[in-house]
This record gives sequence, structure tokens and C-alpha cells, in this order.
Amino acid sequence: MAASTATAVKDFRESSERFLRIDPLMLLATIGLIAASIYIVGTATQDDRADANYFLYRQAAYAGVGFVLMLLISRFDYSRLREWKLGIYAFLIGSILLVYAMGVSARGSKRAISVPFFSFQPSELGKLLLIVALAGFMVDRIRRLGDRETTSRMVLLAVVPAMLVIGQPDLGSGLVYIAILVAILFIAGTPWTHFAALTGLAAAAIVVVVIAAPAAGVEVLKPYQKDRLTAFLSPGENQGKEAYQINQSLTAIGSGGKTGRGDEATQTKLDFLPEHHTDFVFSVVGEEFGFVGAALVLSLFALLIWRALRTLTIAKNFYGALVAGGITAMLMFQVFVNVGMTIGIMPITGIPLPLVSYGGSSVITTLMAIGLLQSIHAQARETAAVKRL
Amino acid sequence: MYLDNERRPTLTPQLAFRVAVIGGVALVMFAIIFFRLWYLQVLSGDNYVAAARENRVREIKIEAPRGEIVDRHGVALVENRNSLSIKVTPDKLPAKRADREEVYRRLGKLLGLNPRRMERRVERELKALPYSKPTIKQDVNPNVVAFVLERQEEFPGVEPERESLREYPHGLIGAHLFGQVGEVSPQELKDTRFSGVSMGDRVGKAGIEAEYDRFLRGRNGAARVEVDALGKLTKTLRRVQPAQGKQLRLSLDLNVQRVGQQALAGGTGRGAFAVMNVRNGEVVALGSQPSFDPNIFTKPISQKRLDALNSDALGKPLFDRAIQGGYPTGSTFKLITATAALQSGLITPATPLSDPGSLTVGGVTFENAGGVAHGVLSLIPALTVSSDVFFYQLGRDLNEKGMPLQLWAHRLGIGRRTGIDLPAETSGLLPTPRWRDNLFKKKLTDRPWSVGDNINLSVGQGDLQANPLQMAVAYAAIANGGRVLRPRLGLRIEDATGRALQELDAPTARRVKLAPETRNSILEGLHGAASAPGGTSTPVFQDFPIPIAGKTGTAEHVGKADQSWYVALAPYPNPRYVVAVTDEAGGFGADTAAPMTRRILAALFDVKETGLVQGGGAPD
Repeated sequence: MAASTATAVKDFRESSERFLRIDPLMLLATIGLIAASIYIVGTATQDDRADANYFLYRQAAYAGVGFVLMLLISRFDYSRLREWKLGIYAFLIGSILLVYAMGVSARGSKRAISVPFFSFQPSELGKLLLIVALAGFMVDRIRRLGDRETTSRMVLLAVVPAMLVIGQPDLGSGLVYIAILVAILFIAGTPWTHFAALTGLAAAAIVVVVIAAPAAGVEVLKPYQKDRLTAFLSPGENQGKEAYQINQSLTAIGSGGKTGRGDEATQTKLDFLPEHHTDFVFSVVGEEFGFVGAALVLSLFALLIWRALRTLTIAKNFYGALVAGGITAMLMFQVFVNVGMTIGIMPITGIPLPLVSYGGSSVITTLMAIGLLQSIHAQARETAAVKRL
Repeated sequence: MYLDNERRPTLTPQLAFRVAVIGGVALVMFAIIFFRLWYLQVLSGDNYVAAARENRVREIKIEAPRGEIVDRHGVALVENRNSLSIKVTPDKLPAKRADREEVYRRLGKLLGLNPRRMERRVERELKALPYSKPTIKQDVNPNVVAFVLERQEEFPGVEPERESLREYPHGLIGAHLFGQVGEVSPQELKDTRFSGVSMGDRVGKAGIEAEYDRFLRGRNGAARVEVDALGKLTKTLRRVQPAQGKQLRLSLDLNVQRVGQQALAGGTGRGAFAVMNVRNGEVVALGSQPSFDPNIFTKPISQKRLDALNSDALGKPLFDRAIQGGYPTGSTFKLITATAALQSGLITPATPLSDPGSLTVGGVTFENAGGVAHGVLSLIPALTVSSDVFFYQLGRDLNEKGMPLQLWAHRLGIGRRTGIDLPAETSGLLPTPRWRDNLFKKKLTDRPWSVGDNINLSVGQGDLQANPLQMAVAYAAIANGGRVLRPRLGLRIEDATGRALQELDAPTARRVKLAPETRNSILEGLHGAASAPGGTSTPVFQDFPIPIAGKTGTAEHVGKADQSWYVALAPYPNPRYVVAVTDEAGGFGADTAAPMTRRILAALFDVKETGLVQGGGAPD
């Protein structure tokens, strides 16, 4: 009895110690962003459905599930994932293929599989799976880092799922995969010459896709994807739907002014702003809370990214550093492209704002990724503590 | 256990550098975002607030109904009817051509119109009037409008609009007077008469509607509404009620007007009449036959139908003979010849002249109508029996320096506009030596002025062109002792309940100096013509209870039937009304125009007529 009590006390101590080893600033940023998300999604969608709080409740539920997963993952030693890289990668490819087989269509693209209570987007979870698997493959070849074969293998491993996702079509997620690949190669220490070569290849690919293939009669990009690009490049001339979205987003954000319009946020409330709870949620922040609100949300992201980068530097092993680097890149890329899109400095690509945009797959995946960062952080602190002993 | 190399030294310089690069990228991108946000929200915030406002706030014009037009007893002549029309708002139509065509296709199916023609018309209208809202169809069934409203996603840019359309409850009666209402033209907008009118407003385009537009036109209201992205109304922010235009009361008497038009329609169907108060110029009736139903003009009218309304075969129903017709007036002109002769001192009422049945001047023989000889007579019997030869001599003798006949005809309003409150009036033609000599110089006629022209004019034949209203004015001037009145239809401006707001002042009349005995002898002669034995219209009027003075006229047209005229002043000897009637092919004045005049007088003086009035009497 006494012994078991002692064990329990020790367990409790250990667990609370381990809990304390997670990064409190990162936790703060996460909680702040999640709270902002629930509030913004809630107010923006009051008039969208008969049940005024439909999106609010669902987003809160996703956040709750994601939060629990985040805490669980932070207690778990991420290093084990390296051994499962093959299985994880197979699951990644499999789940994306499953979408092709039995996905549900939404607005002309098949991105999700219908599961009870919500539709699951493998491409979202795939971001995290790709990071974990890719980092594992990278670590295996750590000694032959400078080999061209290493780099090309990594590129192949990332480009296959990226192409599959772009074909859904989900250009945004595909681009995130590429960003993850670049980050992991970069953190692993791939020579600059390889990056130069990859840049050249990418440029050639773009030329083929955008100019050569259409000239030869093969349309790689969907018409709406081309519209988005032209709308971004010349919003004044193009009066189509894409330019409309950009203009409405700019109007929403601009009209927010310094401190926002609060309940007078007509761009959102009267539906002028499209997708105001998903891709354009940042425009809602800008309209309702103005520069102050937008700056606050951005600061939370900056805090999150700073803590992620810091976690990268203290990781107890190379695998942890690569995973942290991948997650950092995933967050950075999505924040920059999404916010850039709402303020008219990036084309519309359909990338959600991590943690803030409405959507279970995205929110839960991001929280799991942050859980993984916390795990890396906690493991590093524990290792450091063990070393000190 | 994991591989050794997995345990890596804390931070290699290379990794530190690369992490710093990532951190630098993050820093740069956050800086870019912050600067962009600062620019958008802090520096240009006000512009975007305005843009957001423009997004959601729409001004909707609420068209004010026009004032109604009533007759002198308050009977409605022109009313309003609420209707719904389908319009398109060009900037809300789909931007893509194919989508736009789809909208037109759906609309065409719904309204039974050709989609391509509809699209072409909209484009044409937009070219002429940019930023306007072209009308697709007027007076649309409310169910169709509801269908469009419920499916705004399928009909983007298609909007119904409430419109108040003019309605003419009495159809053909008075049709020529009212004119039409139409959208204001860009040229009109520049005119100060249309200050306060904006693009797309409807204004009077012709007739009474144009003449009294500033009273009839209401003040448009406006609603400022908030709409959502689909254009659905979410709330009304402000509303200014429209103010209906003022009611206009005309001097017209609907009953007299109707009787007059019916009387004319019972003749050859082509003619006109005017009924005017000789003391103040109030027009009691003014009609032209054939007439038309003005209700057809409240909707777009086909060219074919419009052509028909202007065709000779149907008698040009749109042509207002009462103020635009130009006819020789036959013997009704003798009143003017008599006035000129008396006032110029050529004769006195007692001067005897011989009427042997014809007069030969310069080798040309002018005969009495019917070839009768009236013997020696003075002015009064000459008017009574309508001796042409008597007046031929006056015409011959008045062809002297100063041309007194033309001078007096001009003074009494022949060859000039009467100034009635209808814009389309024409002046007609008073033949003068200068006029004919000018034509001759331009080789437009075969000969210069001769005394024969003046002889023809003295009995209202030849080149003279006058209309019934001008004759009414001339007769009224004699009857009232020398005031050449400006006829008018507008009596007063009222509110919707009929309370007077503003009396329209009687226009000032032109005065001519007229000796009392001139007036009295002429009136006596005309009274005789309608009542004395041998009077040209005595058979028509002898049993009429109201004593009148009246003159028949028969205008000759080469190769065509004679035109019948009659002008009456009643009651004799102090006339209140003048009635001038002409039937383009009615024969002798006493045959058709005189009985028509009697029917009009009966309506005017509330005389119960028992039998059908028969025409007949001496030729004039």
C-alpha cells in the first residue's frame, strides 16, 4: 500500500515534471490562437446557418480533440516514430489514394473522406505524416548527406504525395509538402549546389506547366487555378470571381482601420467576404479588430514560430531537429501564404491559416504537430536534466 | 539503441547558420505583412471604409407618381396605374458572356421574348445612356416578378421595379391633348426646365404632359438600403417618401369633348373642332378625328403599329387636326374680310354692293357658289346669305397698299400660332403678296401675286391654311370686342384631393381696335345666317332654343370633295362660347359641319335634343 502510494507519488511527480518540461510560451501561443479561432469563427458565422453556433461548437470540439491529442503526444517520445517511417509513409500515400477512390466532392475538388461526424482530409494530416516520415528517411542517410542520390531520393519521396494532392486538386497542400521537403533538406545540411539545381528544375517544371504544356494542348492547371494567378497578377483588369475575392478581402481588412469595426463588420456579416470562416478568416480578424487585432494574432504566430525554431535548436537528436524544422516550415509557409493572400501580396491558393481557420483536419493536425514540437522540447529538457545528474 | 550519429553535438555552426536563415526569412515575412497591414488599415483605412459602405448601401429611387389630369368638373382624364417592370442592372449581370447569355435565355423563356434581341436592345440602350437600367419588359405579371425575385441566383442583375404608368380611362376622347410620358433624354437633362430631374426619370414628352410637366412631375423619393453580397435587402437605413405630382385641372369639359368627337366621327371621320370661351380663352373642347387610344403608348409600341397610326389610309390618327391642320376655311373667312373692309373704311355696314351672280376681274370670272344672284345688298344680308360676289368685290378692293385684308387676318391670328398650351401647334399660312412673290422668285410657283389671290382669300379659298382653333380665336375676338385670346387648357393646379394650390392665370390677350358697330353688324349678319329666312344655316338652327350667330363655310379642294366648315358664336347677342368645326370631306358647311356644331352646342348648353339633327341649307 505504502509502496504503491510512493510509486503513485513518484509517477505524479515525474509526470508533472515532464509536463513542466514542455514549452510554456509555445503553449501560450497555441491557446491564444485557438481561443482567437473559436471566437472569430463564432462571430463570423452567426448568420450563415440556421443554427447560429454551428461552426462555433464544431470548431471548439475540434480544438478540444486536438488539444488532448497535443498533450498526449507531448508526453510521448517522438523518436519512436522514426522506426515507423515506412508504415507512416505508406499510410500517407494510401490515405491520399483513398480520397481518389472514395472521396467526397466539394466545389469541384475531392479532398476529403467522409467519416462519422466530419469529413477527414488526408492531405492535412499528410503534412504531419510527411514531416515525420521524411525526417526518418533523412536520418538514415545522414552519412551520405552530400550525395546527389540522397537529395534526389528525398525529393522523390516528397514529390509523389505532393503531386497526388495537387491532382485532387489541392494545390495549396501540395505546395506545403514542397515547403516541408525544402526545410528538411535545408536543416539536414544539403549542399547549396543541390538547392541551386532543384531551383533550376522547379523553374523548368513551371515553364513546362504554365507555358509549354498549354501550348502543346495539355492543360495541367485547372482553369480556376489559372484565374487565381491572373487575378493576383492583375487584380484591376480581372473582374472575375478571384479578383472579387481579393478585393473584398482587401476592403474587409482595410475598413478595419486601427481598432476594427466590431459589430459593424459588414463585409463579413453581409457575406461580401467569401470563405470568411475558412481561407479568409484573417480578413475577418482584420475587419473586426483592425490593425491591433491582426497584429496580436500575427504576434502569436511569431511567438509560435520562434519557439518552434528554438525547439529545433535544442532537440536531443537529429531526428527531432528535422521534425521540428519541418513543422516550423509548415507553419511559416501556411501563415505567410494565407495572410499574404488576404492582404493581396500572394495568389489565392486555398491554404488555411493554421489553428485559426475553421476545419477539423487542419486544426487537429496542427495541434498534433505542436504536440510533437512539445515532445521534442520535453525530451530535450529531460536529456539535459539527465546529463546534469 | 539508435545510431550514434543520431546523438549529435548540441548545435553545429552550420545548423546554427541555417536556423538563423530560417529565422531571418520569418522576420522578413512578418515585416512585410506588418507593413502591408499598416498601409491597408492605418494609412488607407478610410478609403476601405468607404468601399465597404459602397458595397452594402444602395440608393433605390422611389419614383413619384405623376399628378393626375382632370376635366373642369373633376372627372379624371389621365390617371396612374401601378405596374411592375423587369429591368437589368448592367454591373450586376454576370461578367462572363456565356453566363450573361444564360440569364437572357432564362429571361426570354420566362417573358416570352427573343433572348438575342433582348440582349441587343439592352446593349443599344446602354450605349445611348450609359449607367442606365434598361427596361426588359414593362407591365409584367406580378407572379412572374415573384418568380424572378425568389430565384435571384438564377437571374443576377435582373430586377423588378415598381412603375406607375399612365392610364387614359376615356380612350379616344381627348387623346391628342395629353401627350406622352417618357424617360428624360440626355439633351433634356441639360435644359433648366428639367432641373431636379435625374437620369431615368420620366417626364412629359408631348402635349399637356410636356407643357405642365413641372407641376405634374412629382418629387422622387429614395430608400437607402443595406444589401448583402447576393443583393438581398437586409435592412432599410433611411427612407424619403416620394411626393406625387400636382393634379392639373383642365378647362376641358369631357362631355362636350365626347359629343364633339362622336359628332365628327359620324361625318366622314376626318376633321376637327374647337370649343372656346370667348371671354377668357378657356378651351372647353378641342378634338381631332380619327383619334387613337393613348393607352397603347404606355408600353413600347411596334414600328408597324406606329406606322399605321401615321398612315394616310387610316387618316393619320396621331395628327391633331385641331391645332396642326392647315385648311382653306371657305366662307367662314368672310368674317375677317368684313372686319378688314369695315375697319379700313372701305365700306360701312350700310354700303350697298351689287351681286349679279359673278364678278370678272382681269379676265377671270369668279362665281357665286351655286350660281345664284343675290342682287344689291349690304354687309349684313351679304353675310346672312353668304354672297360670294359681295366679298369678291371687297377682296378686289382690299388688294391695295398696306394690304388691309392680310393685316386684319394677321391681327386676328391667321397664319400665326394661337399660343395655346400645347407644344405641337402649327401656324398655318396666310397668303400675302410677299409670300407668293418670294415663291415665284424661287420658281416654286407659276405666277406672282395677283388680285385674284386676294379675291380667293376674301372667301377663304386658295392658299389659305388655317385650323379650327385659329378660326375660333378670330371669331372670339370679334365677339368680345377685339381681344385676341390665347386659348388655354390648363385651369389650375390642385393637390390630390382637388384643393386649389395655384390658379393658372389667363394669358394676356392681344387687343385690336375694333369699332363697336363693326362687331355688332357682323354678329347681326351671322345671326341672320343661322336664323333669318335665306340664312345659310337657318334650316339647321331655326328650332334650336339658344340663339346663335354662325357662319357656314365650304372649302374647295381641287379633285377632292369639298371641306365643310362651321363656326358658331352662342348665345347671341352676347356670346360666351365659340364653336368651330370642320369635316375634311363633308361637303357644304350646312350639310355636315353645321349639324355637328348644333350637337356640340346642345351639349354645351345642356339642350335636350329630341330628333336627329338634319343637315341642309343654302350653299355658301
